[in-house]
Amino acid sequence: MLEVDRSTPPTLYWHGERFRLERLPEGSRVIYAPEPIDPLEDPSAAIRRALQSPLGDKDPLPALLRAGMKLTIAFDDISLPLPPMERPDIRQLVIEQVLDMAAEAGVDDVELIVALALHRRMTEPELRHALGDRIYDAFAPNGLLTQHDAEDPDALVHLGQTDHGEDVEINKRAAESDLLVYVNINLVAMDGGHKSVATGLASYKSLRHHHNPQTMRQSRSFMDQHHSELHTSNWRMGRLIADSGVNVFQIETNLNNDAFPPAFSFLQKREWEWSVKDRLAYLGVSKALDRTPAKYARQIFHSVKAPHRMTAVQAGEVEAVHAVTTDNVWRQQGVTVDGQTDILSMGLPYISPYNVNSILNPILVACLGLGYFFNMYRGKPLVREGGVVIMSHPTPWEFNPVHHPSYIDFFEQVLSETTDPIEVAKGFEESFATDPWYIHLYRTGHAYHGVHPFYMWYWCAHALQHLGGVIIVGGDPAAVHRLGFRVASTMADALEMAQDIVGPSPTLTHVHTPPILMSDVQ
Amino acid sequence: MKALVFERNLPRFAASRVASVFGSGRGAGIGPLQFLDALPPEVPGDDWFHLRPLLSGICGSDLATLDGRSSRYFEDIVSFPFIPGHEVVGVLDDGGVDHAGTALPPGARAVVEPVLGCAPRHIQPPCPQCGAGHYGLCEYLAFGDLSPGLQTGFCADTGGGWSAAGLVAHTSQLHSVPEQFTDEDAVIVEPTACAVHAALSGGIEPDDTVAVVGAGTLGLATIAALHHLVRPTTACTVVAGAKHPHQRRVAESLGADTVVPPDQLARAVRRQAGSLVLAGRLTGGADVVFDCVGSSESLTQSLAMVRPRGRVVVVGMPAKVSVDLAPLWHRELTLIGAYAYGTESGASPTGERRTFEMAIDLVAEADLGSLVSAAYPLDRYEEAIVHAGAAGRRGAVKVVFDLRHRKGPKR
Repeated sequence: MLEVDRSTPPTLYWHGERFRLERLPEGSRVIYAPEPIDPLEDPSAAIRRALQSPLGDKDPLPALLRAGMKLTIAFDDISLPLPPMERPDIRQLVIEQVLDMAAEAGVDDVELIVALALHRRMTEPELRHALGDRIYDAFAPNGLLTQHDAEDPDALVHLGQTDHGEDVEINKRAAESDLLVYVNINLVAMDGGHKSVATGLASYKSLRHHHNPQTMRQSRSFMDQHHSELHTSNWRMGRLIADSGVNVFQIETNLNNDAFPPAFSFLQKREWEWSVKDRLAYLGVSKALDRTPAKYARQIFHSVKAPHRMTAVQAGEVEAVHAVTTDNVWRQQGVTVDGQTDILSMGLPYISPYNVNSILNPILVACLGLGYFFNMYRGKPLVREGGVVIMSHPTPWEFNPVHHPSYIDFFEQVLSETTDPIEVAKGFEESFATDPWYIHLYRTGHAYHGVHPFYMWYWCAHALQHLGGVIIVGGDPAAVHRLGFRVASTMADALEMAQDIVGPSPTLTHVHTPPILMSDVQ
Repeated sequence: MKALVFERNLPRFAASRVASVFGSGRGAGIGPLQFLDALPPEVPGDDWFHLRPLLSGICGSDLATLDGRSSRYFEDIVSFPFIPGHEVVGVLDDGGVDHAGTALPPGARAVVEPVLGCAPRHIQPPCPQCGAGHYGLCEYLAFGDLSPGLQTGFCADTGGGWSAAGLVAHTSQLHSVPEQFTDEDAVIVEPTACAVHAALSGGIEPDDTVAVVGAGTLGLATIAALHHLVRPTTACTVVAGAKHPHQRRVAESLGADTVVPPDQLARAVRRQAGSLVLAGRLTGGADVVFDCVGSSESLTQSLAMVRPRGRVVVVGMPAKVSVDLAPLWHRELTLIGAYAYGTESGASPTGERRTFEMAIDLVAEADLGSLVSAAYPLDRYEEAIVHAGAAGRRGAVKVVFDLRHRKGPKR
């Protein structure tokens, strides 16, 4: 963490597909992501070791495999990791070894399922990237690589209700397999654990019990499993799934913070550490982007593949595995921060979990800032109650109609009526969730489910309740106002506007992310 | 006394049409409309009365005529030169008798039901349509004692509302103005009557989804008519498209359930009706669509958002349009014209009621006089017509001529 003084160079802000340099007031704090930790020297050997030496009450994977059994391998979808990683993807590395072991044991009945919950279906190139051509070509043509369909009643099974009355309905093939191997990529602390199966392979009937504004307001934060109602609910469901006889062998992986290739090396460094080469790279990239139409700049960024490297892999019983995974996440991303701030600023990049190869539309802008970045804390939020979040992003009134059709209607019709998450849920959720057109597009195209924009808005519920105001620097005024936020043309204007809310001489903290960091606020 | 006279003059007509490319009404100063001295028209019979206009509206059909965009269909049912102005509230300086036979004293105000059907033309027996009370559908608009003219304001013999010299109205055309009505309330009665007739023509059934395309005077009055005349007996959801913020506010206040910009209307209807989408068209859609614009675009939009066997009610005056009618054929749609007014059956416990009388009640109930946004003296007709042509963009709804000898625009 840096305290800004007179000698501090301007601070880099992400601004969608652009960058801004902002000179912050003296005394401001800038929190940087920790350096990437050393990756595993031999990931394949580490994976093999993890499969053969599982954590918790679980036999080694080879011992669980036998001829004649039904094996299902489920894996995280396009939302992870961010940006998508260079080939070979971790999922490919892990699944190849699982398949090798299955082959050795003579297992014939093997199916792969993308655990996409209510996300969009992945395209063939995206699947080939995640799994590698060999796996794709072996499974997809035979119908053995499927994408979870939360709207296919014949492909779902209701396992019962938790003691809190929560329906647990998940993918039938996964539930009825002799063994369900789940392959996870843990980019943030929210991922993994029981959430992998209880959310990734669930139906709307099941998801609505924890994907709602009440749960999200009681998840403080949803990045901190032990204080997250989202996780408490998923854990209840996960235990019911286990008690129902579903044998889950969980494989979780950790990544380091090496998120950008060498051309963007300046993004991985503190500004005062920039070498001449970094400065030149920044100047070259930012000037080129400034001259590039947003559409093409977006294409350029979405073609970027991250040099993420695996730092750990653990396998076995879900809870035992996830405890280690979470510790590893904190080891890579954790930053201790002393006290809260009046104003929290953040530069939002072009990408979130829900717009890979797509547009970061205004709802996703809100979700990235107020859902994700705001919630990247343990203890208490970085910004005090009644404080202000300043986000930097162009926030265009622009949507991808293929990926986000219901987002368009949500933005046009729902947010024009109310931005209160409770009212949004009460008045509109069911009609969007059951809209036959959205269901059709989710099942047959590459559209997020009709209810998905609601979830994105619920993701903001804790922040919206906590904050005194939200300001977007450089945003499209119409879109920003529709979100219920204020727009400022410069950071200086935003800071002045923020003072109307938090009072004079406020403290300012900037989270310099991505790469991702998690604040442990003391 | 001065009047705005529309003459048949082909060069001026062409000039006006060219000028209208730059905006509706832009050709008012160079077109067939001329600001001339005029005398009060002769009364065509004992059952006709002189009316001195107080306010006279500028209607979409007037603008289309001035812009040279109206259909040649009307050529034989108008007579030149005519004085436009069919939305009129005026004073009967010498008194008169209204359509119901009630004597109106000198100085009484009246609004004109402008259709020139069989009664004003002294045609006996009346045509079957007039005999049935459907005066707007009169079969003899070019016959009888009057020159051709579908309405006052398009007939050489009657004068029109855009004249300080006044006009003449047949007893069957006169409706007395309630005492509590402002002149603004009264001048909005005629377009409101069109909207009432349209709303009642839609054949709306319980729980229907109804879409309204266009939020000018006709669109807004149609929303009011649906809310006050249809909904009390037939619950329906009204989704409206409105381009400008003030139109959206008014549409909501008049009873539309959902109001969205025009480019979002199909999506809003789709959401309401739970339809799928195929090649940009809704597979299901609204049960009834009111097209209150009447252009190729609005008709195409209406046909793309109505359900199979649904109804599209054409309320705005169309001209020659280019529309793909394949969906009309394939989806067995019904295209309904809704012109003017007359008598509405089933509109009262006793059976029938004049549309104009229902409109007068609706204006009072929905405060439609507030739709009058700007008033100009006659000599500033060019500004007035340009303002009317850009009403939506300039935050206005209805622009009128004020012949009450005030100076300057109302606001």
